[in-house]
Amino acid sequence: MDLASDFVPPTIEWFALSPYIALVAGALVLLLGSLTPQWPRGWYGLVSATSAGVSGVLAALQFVDLSEEAPRTLVRGTLAHDRFGLLALIAICLAVVFTSMTTVDAASGRTNVADGTSRSTSDSLEHYALLLTAALGAAIMVTANDLVVSFLGIETLSLSLYVLAASDRRRAASQEAGLKYFILGGFASAFLLYGIALVYGTTGQTSMTGIANILASEVSVPRNDAMLLAGVALLLVGFGFKVSLVPFHSWTPDVYHGAPTHVTGFMASLGKVAAVVSLVRLFVVAFPTRADDWRPAVFALAALTLAVGSVLAIVQSDVKRMLAYSSISHAGFMLVGLEAAGRVGSSSANDGVSSALVYVVLYSVLAIGSFAAVSVVSGGGADGSSGNTLTSLDAFNGVAKTNPVFALGFTVLLLAQAGVPLTSGFVAKFGVIRAAVSTESYVLAVLAMVSAVIAAYLYLRIMVSMWLSEPVSGGVSPAASPVLSLSSRVTLACAVAITLMLGVLPTWLLDISDSLTTFAR
Amino acid sequence: MPEPTTLSYLIVAALLFVIGTVGVMVRRNPLVMFMCIELMLNAVNLSFVALARELTDIDGQTIVFFVLVVAAAEVVVGLGIIVAIMRNRSSLTADDMAELKG
Repeated sequence: MDLASDFVPPTIEWFALSPYIALVAGALVLLLGSLTPQWPRGWYGLVSATSAGVSGVLAALQFVDLSEEAPRTLVRGTLAHDRFGLLALIAICLAVVFTSMTTVDAASGRTNVADGTSRSTSDSLEHYALLLTAALGAAIMVTANDLVVSFLGIETLSLSLYVLAASDRRRAASQEAGLKYFILGGFASAFLLYGIALVYGTTGQTSMTGIANILASEVSVPRNDAMLLAGVALLLVGFGFKVSLVPFHSWTPDVYHGAPTHVTGFMASLGKVAAVVSLVRLFVVAFPTRADDWRPAVFALAALTLAVGSVLAIVQSDVKRMLAYSSISHAGFMLVGLEAAGRVGSSSANDGVSSALVYVVLYSVLAIGSFAAVSVVSGGGADGSSGNTLTSLDAFNGVAKTNPVFALGFTVLLLAQAGVPLTSGFVAKFGVIRAAVSTESYVLAVLAMVSAVIAAYLYLRIMVSMWLSEPVSGGVSPAASPVLSLSSRVTLACAVAITLMLGVLPTWLLDISDSLTTFAR
Repeated sequence: MPEPTTLSYLIVAALLFVIGTVGVMVRRNPLVMFMCIELMLNAVNLSFVALARELTDIDGQTIVFFVLVVAAAEVVVGLGIIVAIMRNRSSLTADDMAELKG
């Protein structure tokens, strides 16, 4: 048999793949930089911000193009080219741009006195190259239309994040965070992969479209059905770890706390966007015919996550841990959207899909902004062994007295996380709760509202500490002089501007939300 | 001795996976925990190959190669992190990693 003549190479649409290529190119340029003498300060950050910016603009162009073209799949159905994935891709690129800017700042804010060099470890080119590879992994995850491609995206993202979490080599907490993240992340990946294997065994497919077609054609026999459900359950467990849903959340506070602060913001936004978007795509595209089976599980996870996340958040005394638990409770809200999307027969099921996506995209901006603010107050979060005390709530005492503009910006971000009207957080929370109500998931809707109120107390605590408490007297309070370089100012200003703009004028977001739910199949 | 069927391979794979899972949860040495994760991945590989043969579909066997590469990449990153920690401390068990809690 002549195999060579049977082989038909897939058609590649290079323009549609250009956002990924821009990210890879940036990472390669940075890695080539290791062959040259060290570049001037800030150049590495400039390269990574530029390539992520180019990637984001290319994705935005295609997002606009898709208003006329129908969504389609690329590279033999392995990548989806639809607005759902592209909006997430734009959010990912934005996160990289912001993080590159705050990393430059965190790196210059604390010069390394110990070994006499003037640069800390986080201003090295590897750091920025890893930001780009992580973004590439996330970009593949949000558009993957094939389980194996999705798995490869997850691994590219996770492996980069493990190293970034452990990147502060002088701090034991950072290494501990890296190791914990690595062990639990690998554990989760194994579950995910086993889920993929069982689904493959039942359907003979790894393409999400293919799985959906096989399941819709009702050819599966009873024995296979048990195996399929086991596979779906394992997939949910694997994604549960990545999204940090209760009861798979135990790594989140430790890793968020131990990792360098600017990395934590990156992890919170990128990890959440990638995992939530690909979870929603997987369940809505591949398993709509089994929605009655997975919806109760998603319901239980959402309810648990909402309750546990917000209650545990308010008993923390460290701001990074507080924000970590708050990110868990936000994940609960996103799952409320997925649960609504699971009411396949209902006319409002699409609202669930778009509200979950909008929620996670808006959250990613809030997370980057909030952690950048924490990073400013704690001076980058790395000061040798005592790194953990600087992110305690006390460090925020009286920040408003020394730097009211900064405190106002951080307050806006916190109010948005709490879901106060006129901020993007309100639009996000309103969207998921409306989707839950219109699909008659009243229990979840009520739970979500109650947990939003409980979580509001947490954000209020940080605000009270900033505006009403006196600065710590005696000793050098780091908050006395938050180092605000230009790049930090720009990042925070952009995050606040996006938060307020989409909060006051959400019409643009609501206009496009209908087109977000047309998946490429 | 009955002929081994696809199901027997799947059962062996499931057992290996469970052994790996239990190992990650009860062992305290990060290296051993890491080896257990590798065991889990290889259990999945065994199921992929068995299922690919049952389905007479080459995809499942191809996936195994991807998984092997991913596992190798995980080794590089994981051992790198473990070595970085060992430089600062003499011994390492998961119980020593208790600076972060709450």
